[in-house]
Amino acid sequence: MIEIRGLRVHLGEFRLRDIDLSIEDGGFFVLMGPTGAGKTVLLEAIAGLVPVLGGSIAVGGRDITRSQPEKRGVGIMYQDYALFPHLSIEHNITFGLRYHRHDRTAARQRFGRLVDDLGIGHLLHRHPETLSGGELQRVALARALMVEPRVILLDEPLSALDPGFREDIRLLLKQLHRNSHITFFMVTHDFSEALTLATSAAVMHDGAIVQTGTVRDIFQRPTSSFVADFVGMKNILPAVFDSTTARVGELSIEVPHLHENSSGYVAIRPEDIVLSLDPLESSMRNSFVGVIRGIVDQGFLYEVHVSVRDQVFKSLVTKGSAVDLGLDIGTDVQVSFKTSAVHMF
Amino acid sequence: MARREPFYWVSVSCGIVVLAFILLPLVEMLTAPSSAMLKETLHDKNVVQSIWLSVYTAFAAAGISFVVGTPLAYVLARSRFRGKHLIESIIDLPIVIPHPVVGIAILGVAGRNHWLGQIMSELGIRIMGTTMGIIAVLTFVGMPFYINALKSGIEAVSPRLENVSRSLGASMWGTFARITFPLAWRSVLVGIIMCCARAISEFGAVVVVAYHPMIAPVLIYERYEAYGLKYSQPVAVWLVLVCLTLFLVLRVLALPGKKTA
Repeated sequence: MIEIRGLRVHLGEFRLRDIDLSIEDGGFFVLMGPTGAGKTVLLEAIAGLVPVLGGSIAVGGRDITRSQPEKRGVGIMYQDYALFPHLSIEHNITFGLRYHRHDRTAARQRFGRLVDDLGIGHLLHRHPETLSGGELQRVALARALMVEPRVILLDEPLSALDPGFREDIRLLLKQLHRNSHITFFMVTHDFSEALTLATSAAVMHDGAIVQTGTVRDIFQRPTSSFVADFVGMKNILPAVFDSTTARVGELSIEVPHLHENSSGYVAIRPEDIVLSLDPLESSMRNSFVGVIRGIVDQGFLYEVHVSVRDQVFKSLVTKGSAVDLGLDIGTDVQVSFKTSAVHMF
Repeated sequence: MARREPFYWVSVSCGIVVLAFILLPLVEMLTAPSSAMLKETLHDKNVVQSIWLSVYTAFAAAGISFVVGTPLAYVLARSRFRGKHLIESIIDLPIVIPHPVVGIAILGVAGRNHWLGQIMSELGIRIMGTTMGIIAVLTFVGMPFYINALKSGIEAVSPRLENVSRSLGASMWGTFARITFPLAWRSVLVGIIMCCARAISEFGAVVVVAYHPMIAPVLIYERYEAYGLKYSQPVAVWLVLVCLTLFLVLRVLALPGKKTA
């Protein structure tokens, strides 16, 4: 159990205010929030890397608020992975071993198992600079898991990866979590990540936790306009999956990869949907003809509602391009979006 | 920048003037003494001793800077605190103070009239006219260069690497020894080069504190005063050659290409 009570941190321009969180042992907790909300600072506070002004942090019943980072049993994995550039991959992974009492045979076995699970056996003698993003990610995970921490903190582990890799690593994270007793604490701003991985979640805004609960709860019942806005993935459509195609009502939508279940949802951010008068000559695989049914003024942007057969898509268009395109209710438009813009859960 | 523009030609001509200004006197000095004279100078015990003393005291100053300056450079690179700028300015002071003033200032605290001087004399440490005095002066003038070079080197090492190391169980010491230092060692070498280079060229401060034992710059000055240009040149050539060789070796060690950097 991670128990955070009234945690306060001042760090440069960041302020964490009265953070209260409880996370069950062995859970997969996801922290969401916009850039600058203080998510990384909260991670670093739990890891003991930034000074705490007030409040308390306990892990497994032990108060670690004032403990040294190396005595907390809390591992951290940064967004940029922070592998040690001067050490080989093998030495990166085994870096922490000497600080933990360990049985050689057990450690060797664990090392072998991690290397196998993560598929990094062929990298062991290379240096971090020669690895791809996905490989660095796996190595950083192996390094953090090698010392068997009670808690592992993951700072946007998937955001720097190619969309193709992201799904792999996401499944890997799920599997690693399932096979260990370690509590995972992950920061993300990707909802599909949160939905597939989290057992519980929280949304952070401006240095404070604004909502906690299950992801579905947060998603469906936001308790504040900020959260509602934050979760604003407007095009959420029930879908049946067949290979890399999702059938949404009468439409067939190309999706980036296979889905683990045969049915679920696809979600597309309104800003990822492009409207045009003629079919676009581009790499966008999903393109449909539709009719504009409504236009909502949103300040700098218009939210345009386009009905395509039995579905309605919401797209964000700048006022300038709305005028250029002559968009109006009743206009026939082409609705296009990239395969990679389709989120599935 | 378009090649034909006047600005281009102005830049090129200024560049030539600057290079000539630096190289002409140096080349002239290096080529002036005949090889016979150079050889003869090398048999002069005083010359060899003075050059050795120069090199040895400069490296001693760099060594002291390394021991005392490394932790300070780390603190300055990593922490933010009130008065940090003040401390940084104090460290830079020896760079801006006129050299003879440095000598006088050091003698001021090393003399019998000062409590520090009294303690030192009771411990048998003498500054005036000793190798110890020379090393003290050279450390004073060279230390800022070491600290500043290493500080920027440590700043270039991501604190996240240290954070991860701590979270993996390493103490601060362990983290410094296994992460920060191995990643910043090039800056350590660069700092040592800068400190040595500054120390070996010091004259004004040393001549106040210790005319004897004679370091090379003092010997060169003395020969020039007593016998003229012709007799001081060979010594100068040898000092320059020794320094260049040493620094070249260190430089090569510090920068073995970008790949491993």
